[in-house]
Amino acid sequence: MNLQLLWLIPLLPFAGFLINGTLGRKLPRPAVSAVALLFTLLPALIVLRLWLFMSGTNAANAYTVTSAPWIAITGLQINFSFAVDHLTLIMLAVVTGVGFLIHIYSAGYMAHEDGYWRFFAYLNLFMFFMLVLVLSANFLLLFVGWEGVGLASYLLIGFYFKKDSAANAGKKAFIVNRIGDFGFLLAMFLIIQHFGSLDFNSVFSSVISLPSHHVVAMTAGQLAGIPFNAPYNHNFITAICLLLVLGAAGKSAQLPLYVWLPDAMEGPTPVSALIHAATMVTAGIYMVARCHVLFDRSPTALTVVAIIGAATALMAALIGMVQHDIKRVLAYSTVSQLGYMFMACGVGAYEAGIFHLMTHAFFKALLFLAAGSVIHALSGEQDMRLMGGLRKRIPITFWTMTAGVLAIAGIFPFAGFFSKDEILYQAFISDHPFAKLLWAVGLFTALLTSFYMFRLWFKTFFGAPRFDDHAAALDAHGAAVHARSDTTLVMEAEHDTGQAHGVHESPWIMTLPLIVLAILSTIGGWVGVPLALGGHNEIEHFLEPVFSAAPGLVEHAASRSAEPVLAAVSLVTALLGFFAAYVFYYRKPGIAAAFAAKQPALYKLVANKFYVDEFYNGVIVAFILTFTRFILGGLIDAGIIQGAGSAAGATTRGLGSITRRMQSGNIRSYAGWLALGAAAVVIITLFGIHPLHF
Amino acid sequence: MNPDRFILSQILLTPLVGAAVLACLPEREGKKLHHVVALAFTLLTFLFTLHLPYHFASSMAAAQHAADKFGTQPFAFESFHPWISLPLREHPFVLASGINYHLGVDGLSMWLVVLTGLLAPLGVLASWNAVATRTRTFFVLFLLQQVAMIGIFISLDLFLYYGFWELSLVPMALLIAIFGRTEGRRRAAIKYFLYAFIPSAILLVAMIWLYTRTGTFDMPVLQVLAAGHGISPNGHALWLCSLAFLVAFAVKVPIFPLHGWLSDAIVEAPTAAVMVLAGKLGLYSILRFSFGLFPEQSRHIAPLLIALGALGIVYGALNALIQDDLKKFAAFSTLSHVSFIALGIFTFTVSGIDGGTYQILNESLIGAALFILLGLLYERYGTYDMRDYGGLAARHPWMVTSFVIMSLAAVGLPMMSGFVGEFLILNGAMQSIAAHHIFWTVVATSGVIFSAAYMLWMIQRVFYGAVGYRPSEIAGFDLTLREHLELCPLIALFLIMGLLSPYWMKSIDTYAAATADKPALFEPSHIRHVETETYGPTTATPFVDPALGAGALGKPAPATNPGAKY
Repeated sequence: MNLQLLWLIPLLPFAGFLINGTLGRKLPRPAVSAVALLFTLLPALIVLRLWLFMSGTNAANAYTVTSAPWIAITGLQINFSFAVDHLTLIMLAVVTGVGFLIHIYSAGYMAHEDGYWRFFAYLNLFMFFMLVLVLSANFLLLFVGWEGVGLASYLLIGFYFKKDSAANAGKKAFIVNRIGDFGFLLAMFLIIQHFGSLDFNSVFSSVISLPSHHVVAMTAGQLAGIPFNAPYNHNFITAICLLLVLGAAGKSAQLPLYVWLPDAMEGPTPVSALIHAATMVTAGIYMVARCHVLFDRSPTALTVVAIIGAATALMAALIGMVQHDIKRVLAYSTVSQLGYMFMACGVGAYEAGIFHLMTHAFFKALLFLAAGSVIHALSGEQDMRLMGGLRKRIPITFWTMTAGVLAIAGIFPFAGFFSKDEILYQAFISDHPFAKLLWAVGLFTALLTSFYMFRLWFKTFFGAPRFDDHAAALDAHGAAVHARSDTTLVMEAEHDTGQAHGVHESPWIMTLPLIVLAILSTIGGWVGVPLALGGHNEIEHFLEPVFSAAPGLVEHAASRSAEPVLAAVSLVTALLGFFAAYVFYYRKPGIAAAFAAKQPALYKLVANKFYVDEFYNGVIVAFILTFTRFILGGLIDAGIIQGAGSAAGATTRGLGSITRRMQSGNIRSYAGWLALGAAAVVIITLFGIHPLHF
Repeated sequence: MNPDRFILSQILLTPLVGAAVLACLPEREGKKLHHVVALAFTLLTFLFTLHLPYHFASSMAAAQHAADKFGTQPFAFESFHPWISLPLREHPFVLASGINYHLGVDGLSMWLVVLTGLLAPLGVLASWNAVATRTRTFFVLFLLQQVAMIGIFISLDLFLYYGFWELSLVPMALLIAIFGRTEGRRRAAIKYFLYAFIPSAILLVAMIWLYTRTGTFDMPVLQVLAAGHGISPNGHALWLCSLAFLVAFAVKVPIFPLHGWLSDAIVEAPTAAVMVLAGKLGLYSILRFSFGLFPEQSRHIAPLLIALGALGIVYGALNALIQDDLKKFAAFSTLSHVSFIALGIFTFTVSGIDGGTYQILNESLIGAALFILLGLLYERYGTYDMRDYGGLAARHPWMVTSFVIMSLAAVGLPMMSGFVGEFLILNGAMQSIAAHHIFWTVVATSGVIFSAAYMLWMIQRVFYGAVGYRPSEIAGFDLTLREHLELCPLIALFLIMGLLSPYWMKSIDTYAAATADKPALFEPSHIRHVETETYGPTTATPFVDPALGAGALGKPAPATNPGAKY
């Protein structure tokens, strides 16, 4: 296969962006979506071809294509260069496959929106940057995709820009991501400083050639008094890794930078599915996995990654339990699941992280799209307190969403069971100092996950309907979500009066992707059935050439006898979560509220998301703005800097008013000044006071 | 006849002739005569400047031969004519004594000339409706300003340079004083003039002192002398002299905290004038003269300037965040951007100087786009107060698109022009050997967060949300054809310069590689760490794992430029 085709993978969506971005306004809607879909389908086909090609060759091979230099100065050259190995291949498949499905769904979901062309142009732009991100063969090009997906995210979150909340959310996402990018940039500078290059190949091979701890111990280490088994920490590598983690935390919504993701739900639902669940937010995990050679050399950084992951998983799951907005529950669940993936990377189980990334892409995209279908059915209602009993009204949505819920809750044999189990198992057996604690936190989070997902399921589809059918029919596609101009309102009304009921199943163009994703969420985990459960764990073998390149990665020789037990434990946990949700939200719907009322302080703390946003806004942002307004703007700029100018002017004027007296117009006083001056000259000459001599 | 010989004079004289022609044309109410003539002359100048990049390499190669012979730096398109001969006791350099009409460009200045050529017609277009009265005065001053700027970039004789440097003050001050927006224009003009003029007077003293020491005003000769410590043995005097140079230039940039004149001048100045107000002249002069004539002193003071650059980035960005007036906002954003450049060039690394020089071009283009766009808003709604705007996005889709693209270039989004420069600058700061450079790199890099914050907030306040007070009263219109013509070249350049930077960088790099400190870097430097950190004094040779060493892995040698000197 001609590897130059790699260039086309991102460039085709970019072409779609250019076409829709410039001509889209004048094109009819079917043409717009046809362009967008075509330019997403073609890369998916190329990826398919690539997959066939790669599986036919030596698995350890990574293919690189290099084009012209992008930045070339004396001592540093950075090329446009793509590389593809098995890790990239999985990412490519997820991005193009799920991306294409979501494009199909969007064609239906956005059918009545203003700015249809704008939406698809941005969506294609996102695909372009995301594909650049996963294909790049050096840090800088990865950073292009990294910031680019942030831009696409900004544009799409703020799609309904007339709403202040949407504009704010977009801005927040971009700025919080920039905090991460700040770390990423500094990491790149350090990499250049220490390795003289940004190419993955040359950086990683330099890292590998750094002495590892046993070499040190055997040669100079003992002489220098380093204990024999001390893990060897290169401080600069730790610094690089921690800065990269900051970047990853921004993009993958980890503590302390996760705050943008829940707000990002202001964007249209397909955007939440594609960008804020399946693809973009996993970029941080991808990056950490890609840089595993660096992270493997820094136990400190890995510990930080694991702790951040576990803490994020737990905290987001706690918040997710008390949210009422269906999309926000899913958003916190995404944050939590990303925490799992982070934790997997932190214990060195990168392949488990990538496995969960893949299954998560399937079931979380499905959940978001199904939620979108629910919202669509209820004409824009997102509050679960106003749903209920939808099971019979929208059966396809119900059944597909059920598959997604079972998958994320970790019920055997759905996809999430295998990937989450793998992470928990890897955490349990790792030689990480907090291994058992990480496992326990992960397990508890799994319980919470199961609970809040079934809570969502029960509240949405079971019980008595709590929505107003009639109002929903009248207020078709309510203005709450679907901001649009007056002209489309008319069209909208015509569209919806044709229906007998307000609540309706979505058209096939939206349910088809749901069905495909439901199938993937069901069977997607079967590629990772561990040996202990009678499988072959294909995905681990598939990724082995990528992750085994790291020496020092401890092979777990321990038998996997613990695995079936752990799997059983997590399955029981998931069922426990289901049972709790069943009791709380189906059998005795009152007791959840009663429970909350009994612990008002705790409930308030969690319901207010631990006041993190309040802290950021009220303390950090407020401090910066106040400091700027009064100290920088007031004291320094208006006071000292402008004041110095005025003072200089005033001084000049003052001096002038003194020397002006010499020019009195009085001949006698002129004569006096003359005499004084002459005297001064004589004195200087006589006493040899020379002017400064250069 | 070789056009390379007189192309620079041609570029310099065309706007001057244009100014003379404009001065003779009578002014008529409501007629665009002066606009058209000014546009014609500026376009002609731009056309001539395009000669430079096409023939730069060949001309440089030709100059290299002569330069090697005399041991000077090569300059392309050089032209040299004795102008005023000065009798002085000693003439160490007979050929270049006295005052000469000496022009030439190198990798540093060549693109700046082209940039000046490009901005002038855009400035005329931006003034098409904004300037309706006293058009003759306006365009004569505008073209004179262009003459002065081109003169600054191409003069290789200190005296000639100084003439243009002073000339650049006058038209600008008059443009502000006559065509300013508010009642405060006179004050702003005087402030600008005094801020720039007083240090310039001291600069003149320093130049004359240099002349008395060396007997020449000729820049290439002086540079050779400076490199060989041949100017003066008096270190104290050299220090004072270098400070005189640096301060005069730093005020013009402006480098924080010498920016007192900037916001008033930007608030008052008409769009066309403000497009060329800040940045290039001062930064170019630092690179050419401060670095060229005082290499040691500049390196000594670099840590201070790095600190001021980093502080200026954050200071400008934070102040931009709290402004309600769009022009003041733009002033502080300009301060932040030029601080980036100042930081970059004072790192004395190839990366920093390359990035800084490249960023001079980008910043000028981005600033031009920003001021043009602000001007368009003002033409429609008559205010620069952000609080009066809001919700314009639906009404002006093309304008908001341009605004967003400009902002993305300004905040340094990768693949846009601003990124390459900022990345190289910050990278240079990290690689620098100046004191506390890591700390200041971190401070400066935080600028990427604040710049995103202020730019996006501005966009949100002007374009998103509910329709604001002014737009609800006045029906605006989207970009006209002329406005598209102004903005399209800039937007195209943001993308092209973001993607194809080597095209520009290859000439800039010749300058940077010659100016920067020679790094002991970019070797397989992990070995350095192994030496310093892993092994005690017992190990004499650097450790390379025989199985995994750089050679065994077939690691390619670090990439270098073909034009590399070392």
